[in-house]
Amino acid sequence: MDFGKISRRHLLQGSAALTLGTAFGVRSAAAADTTIGFIYVGSRDDYGYNQAHAQGAAALKKMPGLKIVEEEKVPETDAVEKTIESMINLDGASLLFPTSFGYYNPHMIKMANKFPKLRFEHCGGLWSDKDPKNAGSYFGYIDEAQYISGIVAGYSTKTGKLGFVAAKPIPQVLRNINAFTLGAKLANPKATTQVIFTGDWSMPVKEAEATNSLIDQGVDVLTCHVDGPKTMVENAARRGAMVCGYHVNQSPLAPKAYLTGAEWNWEALYPKFVKMIAAGEAIPNFYRGGLKEEIVKCSPYGEAVSAEARKHADDIKAKLTAGDYVIFKGPIMDNKGKTVIAAGTERGQKDPELEKMDYLVEGVIGATS
Amino acid sequence: MTSDVADAVDAATISPAADPGFLQRHGGSIEYILIPGAALIAALGVFGIFVALFGKSPLDLYFYMYQGAFGTWFSWQNTLTRAAPLILTALCTALPAQLGMVIIGGEGALLIGALTATGTALVMQSAPPLAVQFAMVCAGMVGGGLWIMLAGGLRQYRGVNETISSLLLVYIALAILNHLVEGLMRDPASLNKPSTREIGAANMIGSIPGTDVHWGLVFGVVAAIASYILIYHTVFGFAARVAGGNVRAAKIVGLSVGKLILTICFLAGASAGLAGMVEVAAVQGRTNANLAAGYGFTGILVAFLARQNPLAIIPVAILLGGISASGGLLQRRLGLPDASVQVLQGIIFVAVLASDALYGRIGFLKGKY
Repeated sequence: MDFGKISRRHLLQGSAALTLGTAFGVRSAAAADTTIGFIYVGSRDDYGYNQAHAQGAAALKKMPGLKIVEEEKVPETDAVEKTIESMINLDGASLLFPTSFGYYNPHMIKMANKFPKLRFEHCGGLWSDKDPKNAGSYFGYIDEAQYISGIVAGYSTKTGKLGFVAAKPIPQVLRNINAFTLGAKLANPKATTQVIFTGDWSMPVKEAEATNSLIDQGVDVLTCHVDGPKTMVENAARRGAMVCGYHVNQSPLAPKAYLTGAEWNWEALYPKFVKMIAAGEAIPNFYRGGLKEEIVKCSPYGEAVSAEARKHADDIKAKLTAGDYVIFKGPIMDNKGKTVIAAGTERGQKDPELEKMDYLVEGVIGATS
Repeated sequence: MTSDVADAVDAATISPAADPGFLQRHGGSIEYILIPGAALIAALGVFGIFVALFGKSPLDLYFYMYQGAFGTWFSWQNTLTRAAPLILTALCTALPAQLGMVIIGGEGALLIGALTATGTALVMQSAPPLAVQFAMVCAGMVGGGLWIMLAGGLRQYRGVNETISSLLLVYIALAILNHLVEGLMRDPASLNKPSTREIGAANMIGSIPGTDVHWGLVFGVVAAIASYILIYHTVFGFAARVAGGNVRAAKIVGLSVGKLILTICFLAGASAGLAGMVEVAAVQGRTNANLAAGYGFTGILVAFLARQNPLAIIPVAILLGGISASGGLLQRRLGLPDASVQVLQGIIFVAVLASDALYGRIGFLKGKY
């Protein structure tokens, strides 16, 4: 562009066009009965954590009288407070789902105090009596689905070596690793799970390195707990290993290698929440559940899963769904030989001790620090 | 935002009609407004075409950008909140630039400043809040200052390229932060999001009265004005600019270049460290991995767009704050992905840098001597 030739008239025309644009561009937010805002920390098509929530949002879009607004890649800073306020002020949202763990405190709590008439539902937080009454936290016992994956993995491995690509050694992640390993040991008591921590939730390069390194050590079935399992699934399938998915169904990424997976079932929970609100029922501030409550589910079995594995896994799944099976049942030893759950002790899913898990069970190769 | 710029351009071009000698006398200063303004409009134009290719109306785009960034009082507060940390982190790049140094490690200084400020607040729990806050400011500035001074020292005494070393120091700072937050400084109650203990509600610095914007904005504006005075109206600043122009000439006239480098680097790091302190004391209330939100990196962009001028940093930070504030609305109303905001930032960056070549070449602004 030759700025030397710009004339005054051109500039005036330009600014007039901009003013007109503003006048014509005026749009008011379409009126809807209820506007619901969803906020994701990552991209909503990550084949992982955020996509699982976006699928839940998509289920709401099919319901009449609802308007769904979404925003992705919102960092866990005051940016999320501003996004919440913007959804309230500019879009008229009255129900908000900030879906990332780090949004809870202080950000969502602050907004819930500021807008006491609106409802806030957070995924993963631990709501306590001190928190505002219009805020709530929900989460799923996805370790139940990981346990089922473990059973399938235990039957499918030829080397007896399983691999787990994990983000951080925090209770939620350790619980998944332990449940997966305990499940695998039902099928194959000698099975081991080698775990590699990448250090953060989204580290594609380290996840690929961890996957390759595990396979190089003889691991032939892998699973993971990171925000986007895509890297692990694709790399493992390319190397000829089998995988169990996480967060959402990743079988489209690796149709032959995909055994099963632990999935969130937000597309069942979110419509349920909305129906509860419409019916005037209060959603419990602290909401938890597993397979029985349909908050988590297992991916359909892949073609490589044997009939024996299916039968055993279906059997346990039925018991978990009925609510009469305990995964963390003593005696359980950690991988340093210490008893962490004594014989005769049953730690049911709602046991607060499990929320503080800081050990890896016997059979896991790796360390929490 | 678009109309603001257009007005400025109008004003610059209309007034000369009444005074034929005006352009000759003020052409140079007008260039500094006209050229970046034109570059900005060109960038918005290109972005409009980009959006049109996705089948969205560019007029809607401009309207929502204006509404989301500056259209309402809420939008203004949103914009200013986002601009606040950027002013401080941009100074971390702009100050050393006066010496001809390219420091891009503001993110590291921010993290270290946040850590030292948090640590100080945690050991001073019984002190009165004002004393704690003052100590946090000092600790954050000293921590961040020493961090960038390290890069300056490596350059001065060991000949290490300060661009590379300051960038690598970011990763070291992040590793230190994660190590401390997950180990020594961890609050045992922070189960699934390792964090330090909270500094306490009484020690938070809160918002500017009557707004939602935190005090970081005031700190930023004061720091930017102080930097401007330091660089352009003091002997020290003059010495720094001489050294930046020609190191050997500066040494010949007896300037202590080493001292200048270390002092400027300390001040640069101190402003980024202050940004870290503000993030803790006004937003997060504690230190955890959320602090690594990329403010340090966006600050580099702000400093370059402001042509390293401390005063110009203020409007540029507000502009980028506005773009990021409007990003949410673009996602929600136009269904554009989050990455589109980064595309716009990239286009603006390239357009403004490319427009550098136009200074002194626009015919009608040239003085006739």
